[in-house]
Amino acid sequence: MSNDARSAAAAGALEVPRVKAQAKSTANSGLFADYRPLPGVPDELVDEQGQMRPAWAGLIDHLSGLTPAQIARDFARGDGHLADAGVFFRKYGDTSIAGRDWPYSPVPIVLHDTEWTKLAAGLIQRADLLEQVVADIYGPNRLVANGHLPAALIAQSPEWLRPMVGVTPRSGHFLHFVAFEIGRGPDGRWWVLSDRTDAPSGAGFALENRVATTKVFPELYRDSNVHRLAGFFRSFRDTLDGLRQNSHGKVGILTPGPLTDTYYEQAYIARYLGMALLQGEDLCVVDGALKVRTVQGLAPVDVLWRRMDGVWADPLELNETSELGTPGLMAAIRAGQVTMVNALGVGILESQALMAFLPSIAKVLTGQPLLLPNVATWWCGQRAERDHVAARLHKMIIGPAHGTRMPYETNAAHAVAGTLHHGPDPADDMDLHDWFTDNADHLVAKEIVTLSTTPVYENGALVPRPMTIRVFLARTDQGWQAMPGGFGRIGKTRDNAAISMRNGGAVADVWVVSDAPVAPASLLGRANAPFIRAEPGALPTRAADNLFWLGRYVERTEGIMRLVRAYHSRHAEMANETLLALIRDRLKTYGITPDEAVPAGLRSILGSAVYSAGNIRDRFSVDGWAALQDLQKSMTRIAKTAVPGQDAALVLSVMLRKISGFSGLVHENMYRSAGWQFLTIGRSLERAAMMADLLAAVVTPVATPDAPEGALDLAIEVGDSIMMHRQRYAVVTSRETVIDLLALDGQNPRSVMFHLDVIAHRVADLTGGHGQKTPVERQVLAVQTAVALQAPHTLDSAALRGIHGDILDLSGALNGAFLH
Amino acid sequence: MLYDIRLSITYTYPGSAVGGRHLVRVMPLEVAGAQRLIAGLLDITPRPEEREDGTDFFGNATSSFAFRGAHKTVGFRVQARVERLGIDPDLQLSLPLSALATALNDHAELGPASPLHFLAASVRVPPNAALTRYARAALRPGMTAAQATVAIGQALFKDMAFDAKATTVDTPAAEAFAKRRGVCQDFSHIMITCLRGIGVPAGYVSGYLRTRPPPGKPRLEGADAMHAWVRAWCGPALGWLEYDPTNACIPAADHIVAAYGRDYSDVSPIKGSLRISGGQKSVQAVDVIALPG
Repeated sequence: MSNDARSAAAAGALEVPRVKAQAKSTANSGLFADYRPLPGVPDELVDEQGQMRPAWAGLIDHLSGLTPAQIARDFARGDGHLADAGVFFRKYGDTSIAGRDWPYSPVPIVLHDTEWTKLAAGLIQRADLLEQVVADIYGPNRLVANGHLPAALIAQSPEWLRPMVGVTPRSGHFLHFVAFEIGRGPDGRWWVLSDRTDAPSGAGFALENRVATTKVFPELYRDSNVHRLAGFFRSFRDTLDGLRQNSHGKVGILTPGPLTDTYYEQAYIARYLGMALLQGEDLCVVDGALKVRTVQGLAPVDVLWRRMDGVWADPLELNETSELGTPGLMAAIRAGQVTMVNALGVGILESQALMAFLPSIAKVLTGQPLLLPNVATWWCGQRAERDHVAARLHKMIIGPAHGTRMPYETNAAHAVAGTLHHGPDPADDMDLHDWFTDNADHLVAKEIVTLSTTPVYENGALVPRPMTIRVFLARTDQGWQAMPGGFGRIGKTRDNAAISMRNGGAVADVWVVSDAPVAPASLLGRANAPFIRAEPGALPTRAADNLFWLGRYVERTEGIMRLVRAYHSRHAEMANETLLALIRDRLKTYGITPDEAVPAGLRSILGSAVYSAGNIRDRFSVDGWAALQDLQKSMTRIAKTAVPGQDAALVLSVMLRKISGFSGLVHENMYRSAGWQFLTIGRSLERAAMMADLLAAVVTPVATPDAPEGALDLAIEVGDSIMMHRQRYAVVTSRETVIDLLALDGQNPRSVMFHLDVIAHRVADLTGGHGQKTPVERQVLAVQTAVALQAPHTLDSAALRGIHGDILDLSGALNGAFLH
Repeated sequence: MLYDIRLSITYTYPGSAVGGRHLVRVMPLEVAGAQRLIAGLLDITPRPEEREDGTDFFGNATSSFAFRGAHKTVGFRVQARVERLGIDPDLQLSLPLSALATALNDHAELGPASPLHFLAASVRVPPNAALTRYARAALRPGMTAAQATVAIGQALFKDMAFDAKATTVDTPAAEAFAKRRGVCQDFSHIMITCLRGIGVPAGYVSGYLRTRPPPGKPRLEGADAMHAWVRAWCGPALGWLEYDPTNACIPAADHIVAAYGRDYSDVSPIKGSLRISGGQKSVQAVDVIALPG
């Protein structure tokens, strides 16, 4: 920092983001010189003396050597990666499956590893302390009996799960994976802002941010001695495997499902670690043991990394309104049949009010003070504390005592620096003092801490913004291990409350740098271990169901697009009312009216496909998901502008190419697992059924001698078989040629026969395909044979209708055989 | 007083039910000094593939059981012989309402009977400003916690109408109160909300009630019902005082306790989770038969 800048800061001048005129547009050396930390606020880049902290030198050097245009180009690579990867987060309460874009700030937060080592030691002490506290709360309750923890605080917490009282976790520990939100306070020390123990999120986001950063700074990252993250995940995965007591048992990740705000991350972590992502309904309890329902029957589950809050885990013994949980899970835990990571009930450690007592508990239980202080906290359920807070309301953040998040991250009534923010209940409409007095028993107050700032690149300059870091710890067989890095969150404005992502804050990678080269690490095992091919685990039935329906909905979308396109291209010619009526009738059976260019019904069927895909994002390729979302976005966009007629026919052709792109990606790239079998069966079933339905309408109805003019050509067009038909039959189109090509020709991937063959093969693969045929195989064989025995002149519309019905019935049979 | 209690509940599923798991709390409780369970039997048909009897956090007897296959009906039958001592509580022992907070503050214990469990919001009893105001209006200066409990119970009995059609098992207390109608579950949830609103720990009691036929008429077979009432903590000396707001009385010999909890969701007689197609129906019959002697 120049002398000028320092005196400006000392004089209390406000930071003004400014775009400095670039010297000859080559370098950007003003980037650091123009950086203005806020007066009186510690900064990550600049120390108290105004000097750059050494750990940042490489990064700042690198940025200073780039022009704004180069910076923009490099930063765009990070956003590009995140968009391609489909990283998103969902705003709480948002019910659409898509989520919103990832607010990534490419400039990492940089810490030196000597500072990190101290920080990690403090967090490890805290993790050990929390384990002791929670074991006591669910066990002997000495802290309460000896007056170190108010009994009322425990009793009032909705996170104190009474069915867990007296239960010792099978692993011997309640906590295996925890996170802490930390920030640097005005005195330059690190503070713990909140404890995340119940189902901590963010580790996967930290990984994704890291991948994005390596795209933005490929060489710099390689040369900067940044500690790698993969080793941490490898140890944690090994630890989870080691927690199994039944070697056949699986390790799974328990998710609340795709509507949770961090579902993307859960799917990402599941893919990264190679673990099954399970929902409550995937699981059941049999004779006290936990099982997952798979297409091959029940399979044992021995360890669950829980990403679902504890209260929802079992509707029978915990919150009865839960539709996410697994009935009987508590019984399996009591019977010592499963290890939960973390144990149910540890959510009580997240209680904001607990922080008021941890400093003294630390001394009682460990004889040591907390190495890292937590923010000064007062539980207002006690008289002296209440009076203390009442006299200082304007200096506090006040919110629900049992809240597990910072008050400003909740919808509940809370007060920040003397301003009351009302909750949803209009009865709360009162002034700050009355509100505080009336509710004090259930309130907690925290001292307002000004957090340190870190540089963010905005409008061509670096500007300081408040930040916090979420740090992750895993219990390994060598004790707690901290991930060397973290999930950085950065405020949109200087206000601390703006750090939360829902308030528009951003996220950033966290670099822990060393003076010496660091060991490269990856998730792969040790170098000398013999190679073992990992077999895919059995497919959960819910995933199979979603894949099956994804196949059906995508195919239905395509089939309908072809029909609607055929309608609009003919409609323009004002040709043939009978034929148009025929198309309208077909579309009507799918709930579609083709009056719009892109009918609403079509968009909703594609929406169902996206929904099914969103449920199983851990199971198919990132590119496939991106292609599907891309299709949905263009369809929504095009629907607003396209007009019926030729224009509609044109845009539908574009979208047909996009959907073929999706199908191509999936079928080219997807591993031939049971999942692919279900996707393929769904697709073939839908295509065969739609074709049978269309043919039944266009070939001669028994009563009339001729189909409507152009009907046969319509079938050939919708069946995408114009070229083939021309090559095969150098004669005019006839009912026989059409039936032969689109119903009976087993080599034409648009024919009914072709897809019945596919279904038969895939079903045989699923059942093992040898020995006695199963009922579902027989049913498939019956339809397949019925079609195979037909000749072009025998297959009339009545027979086709029968076949159509038989094909649709296969859906129920498959469901009964594999999916319940 | 000696009773024979019989309960029979049958669920029928017009489609069929698969893979059911249930948790029931129907057995009369052993309550030291007030109620003795002499013998009790819970029968389940068809025979479940799994069954485990246990005790929940609040000390209630639970049975959890599971069916693997498809079934069309599930039947529960309870037969129990209970001795209920109808001892009138000594209301003089209650603390003044104003002294309750301090007594609770001194309470450093979290056993099942600890009043501390019963002050905060629970799943079915969220705080409600209107009910707190209603409760305050029923109070007179200087009341004891026991007097306050009785006063609020009597006020509700006066202001609310018993109406089996007005609410369902899932109606929130605030809604039932707004209608001033409901059944014993609604009366109890409303009263609990009122009591917690004025700082009195209050819980939900499920159980059986002996009904007395009109003079000269025989007792109708199976016409009794499971019942619910309230208990309030009135200080360490008196402890828990039970009150039945549906009948405006302090339960004595006619009330038989099955389970204690914070609200209905802690004690619901039958919780279940199963996959059914086509809805379900249930038929319930309860008999509380007073034995001579």
